[in-house]
Amino acid sequence: MNVALRTSTDVVTFDLASEPLRALNAGLAALTPATNRTAWRITNPRGAHAIAVGVTLPVDITIEGHVGYYCAGMNDGASVTIAGNAGPGVAENMMSGTVHVLGDASQAAGATAHGGLLIIAGNAAARCGISMKGVDIVVKGSVGHMSGFMAQSGNFVICGDAGEALGDSLYEAKIFVRGKVASLGTDCEQKPMTPEDVSILASLLRRADCGFDPATFRLYGSARNLYHFHVDNAGDY
Amino acid sequence: MCGIAGLFLKNPALEAELGGLTAGMLAVLSERGPDSAGFAIYGNGVPGMTKLTLRGPAGFDFAALGAALGEKITIRDDHAVLLVPADAEGTVRVVLKRDYPALAVVAAGSRMELFKGVGLPADVTARFGLAGMSGSHAIGHTRMATESAVTTQGAHPFSTGPDQCLVHNGSLSNHNDMRRRLIREHITFETQNDTEVAAGFLSWQLRSGAKLDAALHAALDALDGFYTFVVGTETGFGVLRDPVACKPAVMAETDDYVAFGSEYRAMADLPGISKAHLFEPEPAQVYFWERAA
Repeated sequence: MNVALRTSTDVVTFDLASEPLRALNAGLAALTPATNRTAWRITNPRGAHAIAVGVTLPVDITIEGHVGYYCAGMNDGASVTIAGNAGPGVAENMMSGTVHVLGDASQAAGATAHGGLLIIAGNAAARCGISMKGVDIVVKGSVGHMSGFMAQSGNFVICGDAGEALGDSLYEAKIFVRGKVASLGTDCEQKPMTPEDVSILASLLRRADCGFDPATFRLYGSARNLYHFHVDNAGDY
Repeated sequence: MCGIAGLFLKNPALEAELGGLTAGMLAVLSERGPDSAGFAIYGNGVPGMTKLTLRGPAGFDFAALGAALGEKITIRDDHAVLLVPADAEGTVRVVLKRDYPALAVVAAGSRMELFKGVGLPADVTARFGLAGMSGSHAIGHTRMATESAVTTQGAHPFSTGPDQCLVHNGSLSNHNDMRRRLIREHITFETQNDTEVAAGFLSWQLRSGAKLDAALHAALDALDGFYTFVVGTETGFGVLRDPVACKPAVMAETDDYVAFGSEYRAMADLPGISKAHLFEPEPAQVYFWERAA
C-alpha cells in the first residue's frame, strides 16, 4: 500500500488538507483483521463528502471538524466520532458499529441503516431515520419533519422535539419522544410502553450517555392500518 | 443539483474582500453545478445614476457604445456595466433596443451588477474578474441544468426588477401558469426558465409594495415545486426553502457576515468560520437580513 500515513503513538493521523480523500478511504478499506492501525484521527475534513465510508473492521476513527454528505456510510463495525456537524446521510445504510456526531446532523441521518448505533448530540434535520431497518438512533436534540418515514425496524430515541409528520407510513420501528411532536404522520400512533420498551429505551439512553428518565418519554409505533389494501380505498388510486 | 453561495456583510471592513470570498465559494460548488455560473454583486452606487448590466455577442465593441452614448462603461468580458442618469434609463433602453439589437440588458439598479456565463464556475468568475470586486453583498449560483438548456440566458441569477436578483436550486412545477399570470401584471420574461418566474413573482410583490419578507411569505403559497431560493435586493438578503426542503442549505452567521452555502464546504474558507453559528434554515420559514440604508 503506497499511502502516505504518519503514525504516532499508535494513532494514524490523516490530514485531508494535504492528502487526498481517496487515499484515506483506500487506506481504511485495505485494513485487515490483523491490523494494528486501529485508531485513526482525521483532520481538516472541511465538509468533504464520503469520509470513512464502507469501513468493515472495528477500528476507532475520530474526525476533527465538519463533514459533508454520507460520512461513515455503510459502516460495518467501526466506531466513528465526528467532532463537528455532519452533512446529509450520515451513517446511511450502517450495518453495525457506532457513529457519534458531536454537533448537528443534516437531513436523512441514519437512512436505511440496518444495525449499529447512531448518536447525534445536537439536532438532526428532516427525514432522520428514514426507512431505518434495524439501527438504533439516539438524537439528544430535536429532529426535523418526516423523521422515521417508513421506518421498518430498530429504535429511534428523540430527546427533544419532533417535526411534522413523525413516523409517516411506519412499519415496526419504535419511536421514543421526550419533547413535543408537531404532528404524527399517517398510520403512526402513540402506544403504551411495555416493560420491555422501557428496558430498550433505558439501555439506549445509557449507551448514549443521556441522563433522562425513560418515564419522561412517549412511545410511537405503527397503527398497522396501511399493511393491507382496503378495497374501499380503490377509488383513491 | 446546483450550488448556491451568498454572502451578506455586516462589517463594512470586509467589503473589499467580498468578490474574492464569493469567487472562492463558487469554485468549491463546481461539483454541484459545472455547466454554468453567475453572480450578482452589490457595490457602490453613484447618487442619481443607474447601472445597466449589458451582455453582448463575442467581440462586441462596448467601448464604442459608451462613446456613442457619452456614458461611462466598464467592460468585463462579454458583459459591461453602463452608468446612466437614473432619469435617462428609459430613453437609453429605447436606444439600446433600437440601435443595438444584439445587446441584452441583464440587470438594472443603483448598486447591483450581474454577470453570468457558460463554463466551469472558476473560469466564469475569472472572466468577469469577480475576485477584484467589492461590495456589501453578493449572490452566486453554479448550475446543473434540468428544466432548460445550458445557455448563458438559462444561468442564474435572474433579475426581473431593479436591484433584485434570485438564484434557485430545485425545479418549479407551476411556472407556466404563474408566468401567464405575471405577464398580465406586466412582468416581462426573457426565457422559458422556471427560476425566472420565481424572480418575476417576487418582483411583482415588491413592486406592489411588499417588503422582502412579505414577498417571500407570499411565494410559499404561490409557487409549487422544489426550491431553495436566495434573493438579493438593494439592502436585503433573503432565504426561503420549500416545505419539503429536499434541497440542501447551510447558513453561517458571525458578527461580520451572514453566509449561505448549499454545503458547508463552500463556507470553509470564510474568515472566522470556526466560530460561526452554523444552522440549516428551516423549511417554509422566511429568513432575511436588511442593511440600514
